[in-house]
Amino acid sequence: MLDVAVVRFPGSNCDFDALRAAERVGANGYFVWHRENHLRGADVVLLPGGFSYGDYLRSGAIARFSPVMQAGRRHAEAGGPVLGICNGFQILCEAHLLPGALMRNAGLTFVSKPVDVIVERADTPFTSAYEANERLRLPVAHGDGRFVATDDTLRELEAESRVVLRYVAASEASPYQPNPNGSANHIAGICNPAGNVVGIMPHPERAADPLLGLGDGAGFFTSFSKATVR
Amino acid sequence: MNFRVHVRVMPRTGLLDPQGQAVEHALAALGFGEADDVRVGRAIELHVAAPTRAEAEARTRQMCDKLLANPVTEDYLLQVEES
Repeated sequence: MLDVAVVRFPGSNCDFDALRAAERVGANGYFVWHRENHLRGADVVLLPGGFSYGDYLRSGAIARFSPVMQAGRRHAEAGGPVLGICNGFQILCEAHLLPGALMRNAGLTFVSKPVDVIVERADTPFTSAYEANERLRLPVAHGDGRFVATDDTLRELEAESRVVLRYVAASEASPYQPNPNGSANHIAGICNPAGNVVGIMPHPERAADPLLGLGDGAGFFTSFSKATVR
Repeated sequence: MNFRVHVRVMPRTGLLDPQGQAVEHALAALGFGEADDVRVGRAIELHVAAPTRAEAEARTRQMCDKLLANPVTEDYLLQVEES
């Protein structure tokens, strides 16, 4: 059975949603506390959303140094799948497992609403259940979601097709504001060069059960359940 | 020796600073239209024990590079004084 570790920091608040979404696809999901220094043999690591360590200093800045993140780094560097959602994405950037940074939303307000995104990479462990260029409606809920990076890094991300999710262009018909935070190149999620480490601002775990009204996020979890079955 | 180090962390020039813009607009609304190019950063103060001022500054630079500032988005300035 697939072992999925959901890492909990003080201030994580999407941990149960992530665990439930993993369990829905038949995985053995369990929590790992931030002070633990190993992941108990996890096949997949989920860094859930929330406000780890109260977002002190910068979102994700303190979580980066927790014991569990040293284990997370080893897992990632060995090619193990890691998905950082929202605060998890911020932590992955602070830990330099992903490039760039997430800054205060351009509009300064906390944004909590559904957005439309395009899946540009359908070959990562978390997006293989989707078709390339498939359009999803997923909730976002963040104050620091504006992805920024140097021009060189942005060029590299685009040239290497490492944008996993992108907010739909303003020209496309969508009832929702195209880019909720002013991120560079309308980026909503990226991956590392190997594709095993993925960070996204939208919350697929909040849209993984039809009972909740949105089901488009379920593919993130069915993807790894298929891709990494031993 | 003990040193008091003042660290000023600022959003990198050229990056959108929405907080600075919001403060600038608020100042204009209060009649301070002459205020321009407002930027909002963060100040951190700490005591550092080190044999020399240069060593205190070097160690604090390492702290900034590793934690206190984000090298992607922020620049920092140090001011070291004996305490």
